[in-house]
Amino acid sequence: MQIENTFLKVSNLSKSYKADAPPVFEGIDFEIEKGEFVCIIGHSGCGKTTILNVLAGLEDATGGDAIMLGKHIQGPGLERGVVFQGHALMPWMTVLQNVAFAVKSKYPDWSKEQITEHSKKYLAMVGLVNAETKKPSELSGGMKQRVGIARAFAIEPKMLLLDEPFGALDALTRGVIQDELLKICKETNQTVFMITHDVDEAILLSDKIMLMSNGPNARIAEIVVNTLPKGRKRANLHHDAMYYPMRNHLVDFLVNRSKDLQVKGAKGELDGYKPVVVLPGVDTAIA
Amino acid sequence: MKTLSIKVKGAILSVVILLLCLSIWHMATTQKITPPPGISTNSSEYNSLMGQGGSEPVQKTGFPTLTQMGQTIYKQLSHPFYDNGPNDKGIGIQLAYSLARVGLGFLLAMIVAIPFGFWIGMSPLAYEAFNPFIQILKPISPLAWMPIALYTIKDSSISGIFVIFICSVWPMLLNTAFGVANVRKELLNVAKTLEVSPLRKAFLVILPAAAPTILTGMRISMGIAWLVIVAAEMLVGGTGIGYFLWNEWNNLSLSSVIFAILLIGIVGMLLDTAFGKLQKAVSYAD
Repeated sequence: MQIENTFLKVSNLSKSYKADAPPVFEGIDFEIEKGEFVCIIGHSGCGKTTILNVLAGLEDATGGDAIMLGKHIQGPGLERGVVFQGHALMPWMTVLQNVAFAVKSKYPDWSKEQITEHSKKYLAMVGLVNAETKKPSELSGGMKQRVGIARAFAIEPKMLLLDEPFGALDALTRGVIQDELLKICKETNQTVFMITHDVDEAILLSDKIMLMSNGPNARIAEIVVNTLPKGRKRANLHHDAMYYPMRNHLVDFLVNRSKDLQVKGAKGELDGYKPVVVLPGVDTAIA
Repeated sequence: MKTLSIKVKGAILSVVILLLCLSIWHMATTQKITPPPGISTNSSEYNSLMGQGGSEPVQKTGFPTLTQMGQTIYKQLSHPFYDNGPNDKGIGIQLAYSLARVGLGFLLAMIVAIPFGFWIGMSPLAYEAFNPFIQILKPISPLAWMPIALYTIKDSSISGIFVIFICSVWPMLLNTAFGVANVRKELLNVAKTLEVSPLRKAFLVILPAAAPTILTGMRISMGIAWLVIVAAEMLVGGTGIGYFLWNEWNNLSLSSVIFAILLIGIVGMLLDTAFGKLQKAVSYAD
């Protein structure tokens, strides 16, 4: 019954690249509900991208499993849309063709007009109506990433996976696209799993932030519930009473606590460890 | 001079260099020649007395003068398609034979090399398995295949096509394999997450991504094929620009030989330019 209600359930996931080396991560357990926006934060090398690739079906985990809507995730699929770190647009296709390629893959029976219309709708959503005949090389980094986002949304996936989509963008562009993403997710009630390095981005976008300890032997150390009210806006985010408790908690984790679990994990003291659920500013108790 | 672009300046210089070369040619060929060794001093004096040879700036044999060259070019170009039997065909017909052989051999090589290159580019196992053979076969001069081709095919014309095929196949094969194997992984991941069918992936993702590399291979192949056809036709004879060249050498018509050389160069350049255009058409900015 538990499984049927949960949108995505990941249990005891682990990954090792070499048999004799310690696993990159192990004992990863988490759940995502429909419509939830979940961010995962952790230092480089803790296996965030690997977890995302497992969810995308591009990589196999060494152990454990991921179940989405009661089905094991095996191989890539159109019900999961991915926005890649580098925009990953086909450089020989125009913006419209890139999106249409994805739409045609999802709806092969549609007519050309239907595909074009559908693609244009999603390009309009990210504010790229006038760029549809351009090639990716003629676009700025932010525009390319928007096309990537439009492409992922256009296949109307049940879950959207974002791998540090704004990492390479300047702060201004990033802010604009974050606002757009927030708007679109709200409109479509999209379930999102996103990797980020940016604490503020996580606070702005997500309902739930998963903090990963350092790898190898990385785990999900804490699941932080966003205590800032919904309808957050970039402009007034930092005026919210909950903002600093939240931000301080996240930064403290990254700077100080992220190493702790790794030491225990390497000694094998963490079997059966369950991540702590924290509500910063509301309940500051940390185990 | 300041306002002229590099291109215009270059063109002017090219013309100057051409005129310089032509004038050197002219001076070298119209000089008085020493009497051939077979003729004694006496007979040379006799010739001189008879008003022959001597100091006249005319050359009867040996390297052609510019005027003779011009006459040959005019003669050949004014009737490019005449056909007076096996040993006397117009230059247009000879060129057409050569181009047809190159075209056919090249096309066959494309039909084999591109799908096969696709396969070994996609499959690391196939690549490892076939690579030793390719590496050994690639450096063999295509003309070395000629005896085997003549023995097995028993037709000189088809043997020529086979030689073109065998020299065109390797650069195309290796470039296709390299291009296909090096398609950016994230583009393949996009195709995977979109559940793109294998055929659609091959034609809409891998082929366009590898097209610039494949075209580079084709351009190299075409260059080699045009080099090889001349030698092959000299060897097997019958028709073609290479045969024409050899035949004119046997006729001791050096002006026709030079004309053929010029023509080979110009056609080779045109072929390369055409492939350069194609290459540009399929390349993309990242």
